[in-house]
Amino acid sequence: MTLWNAVLLASIVCVALKTLGYLIPPRIFEAPAPSRIIDLLTVALLAALVAVQTLGAGQQIVVDARVPALLVAAGLLLLRAPFLAVVVAAAVVAALLRLWGWAA
Amino acid sequence: MTAHAETRRAWRDGLGVALATSAYGVSFGALSVTSGLDVWQTSVLSVLMFTGGSQFAFIGVIGAGGLAAIPAAIASAGLLGARNVAYGLRMSPVVGTGFWRRAAAAQFTIDESTAVSLAQTGLRARRVGFWVTGIGIWIGWNLSTLAGALLGDVLGDPRAYGLDAAAAAAFLALLWPRLRQRQAIAVGIAAAVVATALTPVLMPGIPVLLAAVVAIVVGWANWLAPRQAADPGAEDPQAPGGDLEGLP
Repeated sequence: MTLWNAVLLASIVCVALKTLGYLIPPRIFEAPAPSRIIDLLTVALLAALVAVQTLGAGQQIVVDARVPALLVAAGLLLLRAPFLAVVVAAAVVAALLRLWGWAA
Repeated sequence: MTAHAETRRAWRDGLGVALATSAYGVSFGALSVTSGLDVWQTSVLSVLMFTGGSQFAFIGVIGAGGLAAIPAAIASAGLLGARNVAYGLRMSPVVGTGFWRRAAAAQFTIDESTAVSLAQTGLRARRVGFWVTGIGIWIGWNLSTLAGALLGDVLGDPRAYGLDAAAAAAFLALLWPRLRQRQAIAVGIAAAVVATALTPVLMPGIPVLLAAVVAIVVGWANWLAPRQAADPGAEDPQAPGGDLEGLP
């Protein structure tokens, strides 16, 4: 499959999911288990993505400038900093640590 | 509050969230081109897919695994987009009737538009909140995606600018407001451990998908359930206030 096909297919899947909510009768998701699973699915995927984006390098696990950057981001989130500030701060920390040669 | 004041508040909330969220599209655009997508593919994701978590997941998996990771990238995007089904269900009575209106509403159904809408009082303000936020973000997000993609093309090594750390921080910020109950916290930690442990042994993208199994198992068995879960009316997994609090 080409990257273009993948981009289009993944987009169609996501649009279909958005549409699905408007088509199905609400009572299906009034059952607690499905709505709980959908909610936890988001949590699990985001947490897994945080882990892989922070520690992964291809198939290797490495500890580099991303780890302190993420700690700073978590600290800012604890302080209820706005979204954009958190993302920018993480980038700045990682960029500076690499510039100064303190971390890979 | 009068109906007029309610509507004005919906406009203000919607535009505020739209502005903040849109700014963040720059990092999506820049990260996308450094993950191997071209400017057009990046823009198509923002125009068509238009759901930030799925977009980041898609480019993240492609960036780590290349073309071989395409099936995992599509699956990750789809799984992260599954929560939009729940949002559609909640927005369905708000947006009203009519085929075209509902078809358009589906595309603007995302975390932010749902959260802003449900945080309003009165049906009219909820409608305004939904459309202003959804359309506002769609316009801003696409403009900033394009800007980021063009910028990312000339930047060179994204790591020198800490863009890899920015992507991880973005996921963390998206995750943060959902970590309120111990069930969610436990699932988050377990999923992170599973994904990390499997990364050295499996193809990129697959560890993230397998981490989703944690959610299905815990959600089905309802381990570590919130205490009030015995009363189905008391538990509201997508409490509007809870979602909005994580927003910029």
